[in-house]
Parts: sequence; structure tokens; C-alpha cells
Amino acid sequence: MIYNMEFETLPREALEAIQLRRLKQTVERVYATVPFYRKQFDKAGVRPDDIRTLDDLRRLPFTTKQDLRDNYPFGLFAVPMENVVRIHASSGTTGKPTVVGYTARDIQTWAELMARALSAAGATRGDIIHNAYGYGLFTGGLGVHYGAEKLGASVIPISGGNTKRQIMIMKDFGATVLTCTPSYALHLAEVAMEMGVDPKTLKLKVGVFGAEPWSEKMREEIEQKLYLTAIDIYGLSEIIGPGVSVECIEAKKGLHIFEDHFIPEIIDPETGKNLGPGEVGELVITTITKEAFPVIRYRTRDITYLNPEPCICGRTHIRMGRVTGRSDDMLIIRGVNVFPSQIESVLMEIDEVEPHYQLIVDREGNLDILTVLVEVGEHAFSDEVRKLQELERKIEKNIKEYLGVSAKVKLVEPKTIARSEGKAQRVIDKRKI
Amino acid sequence: MKVEQISIFLENKAGRLAEVTRVLSEAGINIRALSLADTSDFGILRLIVNDTELAKKVLKENGFTVGKTQVVAVEVEDRPGGLYKILDILRAANINVEYMYAFVQQSGNNAVIIFRFDNTDEAIKILLENGVKIIEGEKLYRM
Repeated sequence: MIYNMEFETLPREALEAIQLRRLKQTVERVYATVPFYRKQFDKAGVRPDDIRTLDDLRRLPFTTKQDLRDNYPFGLFAVPMENVVRIHASSGTTGKPTVVGYTARDIQTWAELMARALSAAGATRGDIIHNAYGYGLFTGGLGVHYGAEKLGASVIPISGGNTKRQIMIMKDFGATVLTCTPSYALHLAEVAMEMGVDPKTLKLKVGVFGAEPWSEKMREEIEQKLYLTAIDIYGLSEIIGPGVSVECIEAKKGLHIFEDHFIPEIIDPETGKNLGPGEVGELVITTITKEAFPVIRYRTRDITYLNPEPCICGRTHIRMGRVTGRSDDMLIIRGVNVFPSQIESVLMEIDEVEPHYQLIVDREGNLDILTVLVEVGEHAFSDEVRKLQELERKIEKNIKEYLGVSAKVKLVEPKTIARSEGKAQRVIDKRKI
Repeated sequence: MKVEQISIFLENKAGRLAEVTRVLSEAGINIRALSLADTSDFGILRLIVNDTELAKKVLKENGFTVGKTQVVAVEVEDRPGGLYKILDILRAANINVEYMYAFVQQSGNNAVIIFRFDNTDEAIKILLENGVKIIEGEKLYRM
């Protein structure tokens, strides 16, 4: 089902005309209202009226996560705070989160995009949507929630956690659509079986999964275990949240980017040069309808490609491939963004420990497990087991508080963390996605 | 009145304990007493040796994390109730024992127990006041 028949099936020419008009407006507006963009554009020697075609977008400078961090918290907002009705945040690289704002119209836009996404996955107003994305600063929960309401479906705002209770509610309420991270979907399937609830007896018909990378193999597994059709959804808070792109249930092959709101590009992450259709590189997105937090050429760091070929579903919007990796060292653990540098900051704040550490990410059952190895130097060492265990607990607690992710801390002997060419190998990701 | 003990951080993996003993044997160091405390992840090896400084030096050179702690060597009568008598004195004085282990050698007819207290000076004072015999470090290393 196509939620917005007019805009999702626009002939390319008309779509591109709309994109250009909206791009020009956005560029003019950020130049006038956001000092950061004015400075960046001036530095690059480009003025808003230089943008005459869609290709001129390439003349504008990129915006990075570091830029967002430098302007923490509200420096990139393009409207006065009294027009901002919602603030979300995602974890940043140094503990300070990345903050994004929404006007009332942005919330409307987001709800529309999520309604489109749910609709593309086959959901209708008659569905009961079990929304297990986390509610809070994270955009997942509320993003899906507003879209589900906009669609007219019945939404269960279950949020994350308490899996057994989730199974009970899913069963008793007769949920037909499940929205959560793909790894949590598998966890739900497993816990259901443990509880003696055969997922076959649930009424689920479709699942909309995102917020972390996953594979075709994982899709098959989820579909087999939960007896539903699994759909991939993509989004990031810096752009709007979930609902930037989604697969259609008809093709299940690539995620349609809602191009009347976003302009995607693929670049070589090393050189910044634009790549052509089908070429794999870093996804860059420019928002063209956002009011409170427009972003120009935002480097998502997600690795994918674009496929401009027409789709059997009738949508004319370009498709992106599954995200296959990152062009930075960010890890996504149970849907939470984790940068090794954040762990380092946590360790630096604990006097006894030296920042010699290694992150080991693995998947036990279907849940990501983060183990942090920390070398024990003389400062941290004690002849009492209790004190070393207290230290482990303290690091675990700080990581949890600081990053919002549970980790197991394991103390190791000094110099046991492999240092390659003087630089330690910080991350070992054993997950097979 | 105190005895020096070295403690070594060991990861819970094969061969680590052997490595410690290899390093010590090559330096000609004699182990006088030892105890190993362990968890599922790591262990702490506590040693009393005949040359604490040398042991510490060679172990550090071989990449181990080494600590030095002061413990107390207490003579305990080698008969039923011998240890209880000591522990009862400590309990009455509200002194906490962090850990303890036995020394290999006897002192005359008495056993020797190594104690680690949270408040070492206070513990020594109480024990002496109650007529308990404490063995000096220098004597113990040569025993």
C-alpha cells in the first residue's frame, strides 16, 4: 500500500523539480539563520543563489557529526526555541549526545514519513502495532508511534525491556505488526519458545526492523521463527529518526528513500567525491523540508549504494541497499551507538585504570554482548579480590550510565591487548551479521 | 612486626602460574608461602619469598602487575582451638581479616598463619596485648 500516492509516485522530473525548489529554500534559510552554515558556505565560496540545479548541491560543504558536537546543544537549530516542540538526542562520540529539534510541522512530516514506511511494509489502519523500540531521547519509539497513529493503526507503546511481559501482551492483544531492532525480534522469538508460546500462534504478519545493521540471512531467520514478513527500515536522528527510507513489501529489495524530503548522495569516504549509481560508498543526506534542524550534506558514515531503477511497487523514489557497514569506528550494540572513544572517556575518568582497553562484541543467542577488556596496571591492582571486582563493577556501572549500554568488564594482564604498530586494536567484532 | 608479601595479577588462562614460578626460579628466589585467590576471570597470587624486592623486580620485568602488601605472620598453637583463640581475640577487637593462609614451615611446635588485616597496626597491637606471638619478617624469610 502506498500511503501518499501523489508524492511517492511522482514522475522523476516533477520530483526533481520539487527537490530543487525545496533545496533552494533550505539553503537560503540555513544561510540566513544558522551562523555555522553561513560560515561554512562562505569558506567554501558558495552562496545560496549559486544553487541553480540539483547538481549544484555538490558545491556545498559536508556536515559531520563533529560539527553537530561543536554546536552542542542547540547551535544548529534554524528556528527560535519557542518554535521547537520536541528535542531528541543520540549518543555522541565523547559522551555529549547529538541533539536534534523538531517544530510542530517537523513532527507532522516525521509522522507522515513513518506512516508511509509502515504502509510500505504492508501495515494498515486495521493493524495492531507492537512498538518495542525504546521511547525516550532515542527517536525509535516515538518516531514509530506517531507514524502508527497517523496511519490510524492501534499502537502499543511497549518500548524496550521486560521481554516475557512483551510476549504476553503481544499474544493477548493480538499484535499484527512488530517494530523493534532485528536482534530484539530474534530474542523475542526465543523467549516466546522458552515460555511455551509458539510464535505461530501469534497474529504477527509483518515486522519493521531497523536501528542496527542486519543481513538477508538474519531476515530469513526472523521470518522463519516469527512467521512474519521482515521489512528493513532506515533512519537516523540527525536526519529525522526512523522513516528516512524503507523497503516495500512488494519487492523487499532496497529501501526507498523519501526523496521529496531528503536528497541522498553516495560519496567516497576518503576523497569526498561523488560516486555513481550502484557504486558502494558513504551515504550523504540533505534534508529539504525540515524546519528546526535542517542538515546540509550530512555524512551518515553508513556504507551503502543507490539504485535508481524503477521498482515494481510503483514508487518512483530511489532505493538504497542494505547498510553494510560504517566508515567510522561506531558500533551499534543492541541498537545503541557506541564509539570506542566513549569507553575510553569512561576509563579516563576512573583514576586507577589506564586507558588500555579492547572491546569485544559478540552475539550470544540473539543479543549483542559487549565485553570490555581493561588492562590492570599497578594503580588498579589490589591483593584483594573484592577490590578488583569492585573496580569491574564500577567500570560497568559508569559505562551503563554514560553510554546506556550494558557491558561486561574483564580485567586482563598488562600488555596483553594486541598493539599493532604501536596502536592498539580497539575493537574485535565477532558478530556474524 | 610486619611481613612483606607480593601479589601478582593473573588472568585465568593456562600457563600463567607456571610462568610466575619460572621467572622466580630463574632468579633463584625461594617461595616461602603462597595462596591463590581466584574468580572466573582472574586470580591473585600472593607470595612470601626470601627476597621480596628482587622477586618484584624480575616479575615486573616479565610484564606482570605486581603489588606489595604488608601482612602479619602469627604463631598459632598446633592443637584444637588454636586458630579459634586468635580469631576470637580479633573478633572481640572488631578487626576484620581480609584473608589468611598457612605458612609452610612450623615455628617450633607452632603453626604459622599469614593474616591480611584491614587495619594492620591495630591488629598487631591487639594481638601483642593478648600475648600472641608474631614473627618478624626477617626471621620468617629465612625460616
